[in-house]
Amino acid sequence: MAKLPGWRELPRGAVILEPGSSVRYKTDSWRVLRPVIDQERCIRCRICWTYCPEPAIIEVEEPYTTKTGRAYRISYRIDYDYCKGCGICAEECPVKAITMIEEVV
Amino acid sequence: MGRKVIPLSGNHAVAYAAKAVDVDVIAAYPITPQTAVVEKLAEFVANGELDAEFIHVESEHSALSAVVGASAAGARVFTATSAQGLLLMYEIMHIASTMRLPVVMSIATRAISAPINIWCDHSDFMAASDTGWVMFMALNAQEAHDLTVAAYRIAEDPEVELPVAVGYDGFWLSHTVEPVEVLDTDEALKYAPKRYRRYVLDPERPITMGPLASPDWYFEFRVQLHEAVEKSREVILRAFDEFGRSFGRTYRPVDGYYTEDATVVLISMGSASGTALAYVEEARRSGVKVGLVNVRQFRPFPEEELYKHVERAGVVAVVDRAINSGSAFVGPLYSDVALTFFKRGFDIPVLDFVVGLGGRAVTRRDFDEITRRSLAYLGKRMRDVKQHYAFIGVRE
Amino acid sequence: MLTEVRWHGRGGQGAVTAAELTAYASIVRGLYALAFPEFGAERRGAPVTAYNRISDRVIYDRSPVERPDIVVILDPSMVNLETVRGLKEGGFIIANTAKKGQELRAILGERYRIAYLNATAIAMEVFRLPIVNTAMVAALVAATKVVDLDAVLEAVRARFSARLASLNEQVIRRAYELTEVM
Repeated sequence: MAKLPGWRELPRGAVILEPGSSVRYKTDSWRVLRPVIDQERCIRCRICWTYCPEPAIIEVEEPYTTKTGRAYRISYRIDYDYCKGCGICAEECPVKAITMIEEVV
Repeated sequence: MGRKVIPLSGNHAVAYAAKAVDVDVIAAYPITPQTAVVEKLAEFVANGELDAEFIHVESEHSALSAVVGASAAGARVFTATSAQGLLLMYEIMHIASTMRLPVVMSIATRAISAPINIWCDHSDFMAASDTGWVMFMALNAQEAHDLTVAAYRIAEDPEVELPVAVGYDGFWLSHTVEPVEVLDTDEALKYAPKRYRRYVLDPERPITMGPLASPDWYFEFRVQLHEAVEKSREVILRAFDEFGRSFGRTYRPVDGYYTEDATVVLISMGSASGTALAYVEEARRSGVKVGLVNVRQFRPFPEEELYKHVERAGVVAVVDRAINSGSAFVGPLYSDVALTFFKRGFDIPVLDFVVGLGGRAVTRRDFDEITRRSLAYLGKRMRDVKQHYAFIGVRE
Repeated sequence: MLTEVRWHGRGGQGAVTAAELTAYASIVRGLYALAFPEFGAERRGAPVTAYNRISDRVIYDRSPVERPDIVVILDPSMVNLETVRGLKEGGFIIANTAKKGQELRAILGERYRIAYLNATAIAMEVFRLPIVNTAMVAALVAATKVVDLDAVLEAVRARFSARLASLNEQVIRRAYELTEVM
């Protein structure tokens, strides 16, 4: 681990000068269970996106057509850099399209 | 506009000081005996005499939080409180200091409940003494005014950037009308100009304030605070010198009276120091070699300045207006004074006299009793003192 | 020289304001003065004590006045020796009372100087309220010259609205004339 700065070098009063620096703080290692979205079942209702406290659900411009022929212009993906595995998305999903599976290291 | 001496209560003297330094944001919640400060400032704002944002809040916790936020955004801020109000602010006091926000607060000192008591002692002020604030205690209404103005220069000094509290005795000063030379805005702002601060909340240049600091980081910021409080010692001296040059009243962290040849030195804070001085002058006329040290700067504690006045004494009597029950020291002022001696290996009896709790008057007679009881220990050492503290003016 | 004054009245009669006006007038004249109340429960009818210390030098003593040079009694029911306890030998009692001369002397004895005024009568006539503070400041000034009348009037004008100041000025001028010094 790199040597951390001493109290003299740190910005006064614990100010963080770089805007948005928290993106560098990845929280993926917090996860015990990982959510997986079944794109076949997902109805693109956006409820998981709304409920995710991180937010680690990303809406992507990725067309998808189900086996039964239902076509969507968008898809939802999990941002596994920040998802902490809390499971709220799986709990809230109205069609049970999200399952929490064991994290494989 | 020239300076003029006008009759003012201590509370109004403080309100005039906040007006003189042209504060930008005021948030305070009324509590006896501080109420008149806020009323007067509200009047100034309503009249247009002071162009400030007056935020009405629902508690002291909110009052200090509001000025912390305003200070973080770069405003010059003021708040005031007493007793339970200060205790409700306690949590935020640490936040103001570690975030290095130059908040200025006046404390009209008052006893803490229970039982409910609106009158003066130093329980509230002393309870805040571990918060990393610079803390002063005024001897009279003029000092309450002057120290409040000086507080802004000290708080906003780039080498300091710390919150400052100015205590003044509830009722004994807050409600006493006396002559006060009021500084006008031009000269007060010349003395304590509003400074550009390096880190302020600004949407154009986003920064983060008050983040989480894990064990890898927290300790460093507490040391930063500690070093800033230490650094404030010299900045305070410079600010006091400049105050003297500008306005003709030069303050020191402590005042010594008749200490050069004193056998007994009394050490006191606040308005009781005035009464103690009246006693000392009277006692000197009848040949009692008693001296007095008034402690004006409580944090950072002025050990060196204090020691210079007491190193020739035979006995030292600390006069405390608060109790820390169950502690080894009993009176909070005593703890700092006793350690000042201990650290220098100086072994004379240092006694503690607790007086004036909950508004009980402290009289010249009390100081006479304290002096007499102290003289009985002359020539002894600390280990000869069976009980180092006593209560003066309490019924058995 | 230090002059110490103790004011006695009941809540609503204005003892605290009387002390403050006296300090104000003294400070206007370049003296150092303190005015402070005995801080009790603030309600109408409760006994109220207030103090002045007036000097040509800075005053340090902040304790209540125990050995006053002057005791001013705003409430006629309090005109007695118990109220004036601690008054210095030869000190001044300034009393609001309808009693006169020897009648008052019989109550207060021979040890003190006495000045008296029926301040309640003047206040009732002008304010239709028994607020006797400004009348008693005038009585204090008439009897002891601790500060001059014009300074008191200046204090009154600084303290009150124009209408109240003018009524108080009437009261003060009349009280100043009617105060009897024994």
